[in-house]
Amino acid sequence: MRSGLGGVDSVLLIGGSSEIGVAIIEAMAPRQRIVLAGRPSGELDAAAARLATLAPRVDTVDFDALDLDSHGRTLAGIFGDGDIDVVVIAAGVLGDQTVFETDPRAAIEMTRVTYTGAASAALHGAALLRRQGHGHLVILSSVAADRPRPANFVYGSAKSGLDALGRGLSQALTGTGVDVTVVRPGFVRTRMTRGLTEAPLSTDADVVAAITARAVRKRQRIAYAPAPLKYVMGVIKALPEPIFRRLPLS
Amino acid sequence: MRTSLTGWGRSTHSVADVVPVNDTGEVVELVQSAPERGILARGMGRSYGDAASNGGGIVIDTAALNDVTVDGTTVRVGAGVVLADLIDELLRRGLFVPVTPGTSQVTVAGLVATDVHGKNHHVDGSWGHHVTSIDIVDGTGALRTLTPDDADPDDFWASVAGMGLTGVITSVTFTAIEVPSAHMRVTTTPFRDLDDLMQAMREADRGARYSVAWIDSVGLTGPLGRGIMSTAEHAAAPVHGAHAAPKPRARPSIPDIVPSGVLSRLSVGAFNEMWWRVSGRPRTDAIESIGSYFHPLDGVADWNRIYGRAGMVQYQFVVPDDASEVIGIALNRLRDAHAPSFLTVLKRFGPGNRAPLSFPMPGWTLALDLPAGNPRLPATLADLDSIVLDAGGRHYLAKDAHMDADAVRRGYPRLGEWRMVRDRMDPRGVFHSDLDRRLALRAPADR
Repeated sequence: MRSGLGGVDSVLLIGGSSEIGVAIIEAMAPRQRIVLAGRPSGELDAAAARLATLAPRVDTVDFDALDLDSHGRTLAGIFGDGDIDVVVIAAGVLGDQTVFETDPRAAIEMTRVTYTGAASAALHGAALLRRQGHGHLVILSSVAADRPRPANFVYGSAKSGLDALGRGLSQALTGTGVDVTVVRPGFVRTRMTRGLTEAPLSTDADVVAAITARAVRKRQRIAYAPAPLKYVMGVIKALPEPIFRRLPLS
Repeated sequence: MRTSLTGWGRSTHSVADVVPVNDTGEVVELVQSAPERGILARGMGRSYGDAASNGGGIVIDTAALNDVTVDGTTVRVGAGVVLADLIDELLRRGLFVPVTPGTSQVTVAGLVATDVHGKNHHVDGSWGHHVTSIDIVDGTGALRTLTPDDADPDDFWASVAGMGLTGVITSVTFTAIEVPSAHMRVTTTPFRDLDDLMQAMREADRGARYSVAWIDSVGLTGPLGRGIMSTAEHAAAPVHGAHAAPKPRARPSIPDIVPSGVLSRLSVGAFNEMWWRVSGRPRTDAIESIGSYFHPLDGVADWNRIYGRAGMVQYQFVVPDDASEVIGIALNRLRDAHAPSFLTVLKRFGPGNRAPLSFPMPGWTLALDLPAGNPRLPATLADLDSIVLDAGGRHYLAKDAHMDADAVRRGYPRLGEWRMVRDRMDPRGVFHSDLDRRLALRAPADR
């Protein structure tokens, strides 16, 4: 159970080796239980090791975003072992836009994780939170969901779908005791973006994490990271297409 | 009906199915159905945190269990009887409840399930001292009568202060006290220094039946910790309208739109300053009605809304006499964290009772109302928790919304004993609350 001061007892991270996801758990500092759900890998084990001293119980659970049939069973098992206060949906891959345009199958492979797998986990998580009558669902979207641009619009399309799902869930779950926060980070320096050219207002995982933890505490529906992106994206979304096209954003 | 429930502090939230029951038979049926997320009884929802919530489960509304029978000083009430109504009923017969908290908007079953204390704890103990029997539906669905004099009284004492987790209390029988009037004779004495105040309170242990102190936690124009001691006795001579039920008044209400942050250090400081000046005037043997003496805040409905959306937490702890310095440390720490307390109350406790989860122990108890939105509060209270626990003290579950499992384990060394009785009374694990889950009261904390 969350405390009256916004303290969190238990967090489930879907995409258990996500650097942003792990940083979010560190920022929330759950007092009882951490569950990292992801494909078995050295990175997942490293994430568990990094969080080992944070909570009395740190578990890893096999979770494959592509194996949709397993999601319900896997998540129900995790909830069956004790309430989960916060579910963080951080499963996703970036892929390579230049490949996607010549290899549509690779593009769809990416969306199967970044949209379909994440959406499936979010819907299962939402149903389980609803049943326990309390909790918070965090969906990691992206500023790429706000307005498509040539550099990453396939990834953006997947995040855009997930973003809409999160906002819809937020409304649908009103009165159920479950809150939803959609987080839209800008360019975050992580393994996933290594080697890419940094965009303006680039940030780090711990900044996204601090903003997310605060948004959850304050029960905000949407959070940008870093915060000024809220206003930047407000302007960018409002720009007429001909002007937007001339911006050096690709 | 699925209903969003919160504690009186409005800082914790969950949704449960609220099910009104008409008789004990319906309670038994619900318990036998053993719903997956469990069952909890809720009275008036005056616990400050998550003690009366059960996210995803069933919350029993006991309001319809409202019978009252009085035989001499033996009073038997249904679980849903509200203290305000009971006091009216008793005063008409020259009787009064043995212990009352600072609000009358509570049920008697709730008073027993949290083993509530009042301003007379140093003389009369808490509710558990005065209960002669309870009827309770345990986790097997059996309706049982428990008394403190049973051959095996463990079930009774695990249910007193049991936070509703050993069963649904359906009725309570207790011994009322006889009072000569519906009024109090009140003496108030201001002290500009915390040490002087505490010394006076120690001395009042012997002389006064009721004693309590209000403390200025801000000290806008004076020292931190100045305070007003108030001691009282039941007034002997009937005065105007004595024994008449107080006339119902329209209560002003705080609207549900107060933004967080209205209670700044300045505004709380100003309130404290006003209180110091207005209430701090020395008075001797002033006559007050029982209602205005015991339940002053009941005059303003929904006063908890002044804390805005983030709500408030009440931080109440007790420390033994040999750790009295913790009171001053707590006031200083909270002032340094810019966490002004709107209402700060200091009290003496006498001996506790046999209930393993009962809060009172001999010493000092301090209660502070704090805005939950203050970002420095979590770290400050975590520090204070350690100081209180290291001093051999503990925190009050009925007020708590922030503790962790370890703090309960340390503060309540008989938790293990209580768990064993609970498991016996509720072998299928039917009774749950949000507080129960947050503090891992059932599972071993170190699993």
